[in-house]
Amino acid sequence: MQNKEMKSLSESVMKLFRKQIFIPIAALLVLAVFNLITDPSFFKITLGYNSVGDPVLSGYLMTILDYGSELAILAIGMTLVTAATGGQDISVGAGIAIAGSVVLRVLCGTDSRPETLQAPIIVAFLISCVVAMLFGAFNGALVAYFKIQPMVATLILFTAGRSIAAWINNNELPIISDPTFSYFGGFIPGIPVPTPFFIAVACMVIIALVLKFTTLGLYTQSVGINESSSRLNGLNPAFIKFITFVILGLCVAVAGLIKVSRLSSINYSVIAKDIEMDAILAVALGGNALSGGKFNMTASILGAYVIQFLTTTLYKFNVQSDALSAYKAVVVIVLVVLSTPVVREFLSGLGKKIKAMIHVKEVG
Amino acid sequence: MKEKAVLEMRNIHKSFPGVRALQGVDFTLCEGEIHALMGENGAGKSTLIKVLTGVYTKDEGEIFIKGKEKAVIIRSPQDAQKLGISTVYQEITLCPNLSVAENMYIGRTSSVYQNWKKMNEDADQILKSLDIPASATQQLASCSIAVQQMVAIARAVDMDCKVLILDEPTSSLDEQEVAKLFKLMRDLKERGVGIIFVTHFLDQVYEVCDKITVLRDGRLVGEYEIKDLPRVQLVSKMLGKDLDDMSDIKSEQSAYDKEDASASVFEAEGLVSNAGIKPFDFYIKKGEVNGFTGLLGSGRSECVRAIFGADRVTGGTVKKDGKTIKITKPLDAMRNGIAYLPEDRKIDGIVGDLSVRENIVLALQVLQGFFKPISKADAYKFADEYIKLLGIKTASADTPIKSLSGGNQQKVILARWLLTHPEYLILDEPTRGIDVGTKIDIQKLVLKLASEGMSITFISSETDEMLRTCSRLVVMRDRKVVGELSGEELTQNMIMSTIAGGDNNAE
Repeated sequence: MQNKEMKSLSESVMKLFRKQIFIPIAALLVLAVFNLITDPSFFKITLGYNSVGDPVLSGYLMTILDYGSELAILAIGMTLVTAATGGQDISVGAGIAIAGSVVLRVLCGTDSRPETLQAPIIVAFLISCVVAMLFGAFNGALVAYFKIQPMVATLILFTAGRSIAAWINNNELPIISDPTFSYFGGFIPGIPVPTPFFIAVACMVIIALVLKFTTLGLYTQSVGINESSSRLNGLNPAFIKFITFVILGLCVAVAGLIKVSRLSSINYSVIAKDIEMDAILAVALGGNALSGGKFNMTASILGAYVIQFLTTTLYKFNVQSDALSAYKAVVVIVLVVLSTPVVREFLSGLGKKIKAMIHVKEVG
Repeated sequence: MKEKAVLEMRNIHKSFPGVRALQGVDFTLCEGEIHALMGENGAGKSTLIKVLTGVYTKDEGEIFIKGKEKAVIIRSPQDAQKLGISTVYQEITLCPNLSVAENMYIGRTSSVYQNWKKMNEDADQILKSLDIPASATQQLASCSIAVQQMVAIARAVDMDCKVLILDEPTSSLDEQEVAKLFKLMRDLKERGVGIIFVTHFLDQVYEVCDKITVLRDGRLVGEYEIKDLPRVQLVSKMLGKDLDDMSDIKSEQSAYDKEDASASVFEAEGLVSNAGIKPFDFYIKKGEVNGFTGLLGSGRSECVRAIFGADRVTGGTVKKDGKTIKITKPLDAMRNGIAYLPEDRKIDGIVGDLSVRENIVLALQVLQGFFKPISKADAYKFADEYIKLLGIKTASADTPIKSLSGGNQQKVILARWLLTHPEYLILDEPTRGIDVGTKIDIQKLVLKLASEGMSITFISSETDEMLRTCSRLVVMRDRKVVGELSGEELTQNMIMSTIAGGDNNAE
């Protein structure tokens, strides 16, 4: 009897193991267990009051939910770009600098330290969306119509983006003193959960609706898997690739708003530094093939939070921020190797062996 | 080994899982001879070439090369090169961003030191002696395709080759370029090089070759002197049909008698695309099954691709029910009720990683538009309906299509197009590489659909299949429409003689 239970258990484990979403879930579990053993207080959430006197929730978990937001939003766009083009956009960090700079420029007008906002925040945000989508369209046009490798095409903005961002504000560092602007990256008075989390959730809901009520998912996957056959089925592969970059541009604008709101200012060379690598990593961690084709959006978003979980864990152990990437690299190597077909075949072979052993026991 | 032979292959066998690609093939090549290797798709030409060049290792048989007493062993392309066997493939396998001389000498020296000046001088000398219009220091990409092809040959020749294999070298060349290539081939022949020439163009075979070896279904049909084998005979040998074999009498065609014989559903006039076909006229009536026939590479696929807008249409008009329509991309054709099952299932048909269900609804979904996704429930309903209707063998509708067998993949693609309820269905080689049972299923389905009023174009390499299904055949040769057969004319003999060319009728 016991054996039978074990067998069905092992079978269901195997089933889960084969699912794509298994990878980020497993990574999340490993990190959670690790933290639970070393210091259970990691999971403690306390209700306190911030300097203005509003109630806020704090704790490591809240930090993850808060700071993982930008990454999760970017992961949405990056997943689509990856699926359709089989390549990645490495200019999203620079794009955030541009989008953030545009927001500040519109809010400040000509004065870099305005007493009052020169334009409504929503206007500034919408303008930054348009700008970021135009830059996305630039990347997309290079990839889709000029058939340049995505990484090479986006290298242009990766290199030039931060200079463009600085140029937008005449190389000044504008500071916004209006407190309402800091709501987007901080807390809305009276609500103890950080706003970026709500923004990320809103983005997830929107993409879920888009994937449900349009054929974006089918089209991007189809183009990513077989461009030639997609064309003969009436699709326009170039346009679909193009549009994924524009969508990623929109994601960049949203992430940019959160980033500048956190500081109420901008630092052109540091803002969203290396975030493109984390965004690509989120897609990979989600078990999506970086060579394009089938994707799982939930897994990508989960992957983004896994990365933030890892970062926060490392910070907790007082790892220097310079050394952070080295630790991340180790984790990445392990995860990527684990998800290669070679290892997966080996593991599933192992699973079969265990099953056979159980079977032998049963018969014996 | 014969006296003048440079190469002799004896009793070559080669099997792949499930296929016996070569069964006891002999092949002899003499000095200073251009020898055509002919056969339809799957006849074993490329397998034989690959055995000779070391890409595949043979299962059985012996290969002799002039100057070696014992049978030689060829395990890799390097082995073949050392023995003086060089190959120039259809697609250029040189590096376009290197210079001509670099391409000629790349990978041929084991020493670290390279005398660039000498290399360039040597290269120039060879180019001059072969009368190739290129200079050693020129970047290869700046040469025309024909010259690149010639540089590949020059590279091969300079490696002391005794046997030169040209695998479809002319398929991307225009007439003048072909003439230049032939001159080079004749020069080499004078020097005593034995050339194996693989091509689908009959005219070219008769222009330049001395001997022909015909393969069919992995077996040797025979070796012939060019003067002893008229074209019609060659075609019949390639297709494996005796000229007098009249046993293949056409099956009853009463099923699709056309009541309105006058009106064409689709009409094309002077249609031409960028895929290198000559302008052609075309029409099809309601409930009619017609076909394009011709040897491989004769342009039959290119014609239907032009109708569907799969290649870029450069001229001509298409009319539907008498009204001119504009088809510039596949979606235009689909909106006008045309469906196209492409020739190459893997490259143009399936979307490998997607499920059977997604593959079935894809075309209908595209027609419905971006904002009207087919619900999962409907998709399952459609998928299950067609899986049952066509007898698709799949574990479930969620199985990725790439894990299905070839015939079942083809049925899925067929289901995809049937689901769009087209008025005109184009089937390009729907039965290639699939088992006999499925073949007959598909033929029956074609006749059934036609009797329900669908117009169908059916293309197949197998003539008897065409005879069984089509009521009218458009015959193509060398990218031109050369004839049209219907009614009484639909016989193996007529087809073969029309394919082979007018002057050489059945004897």
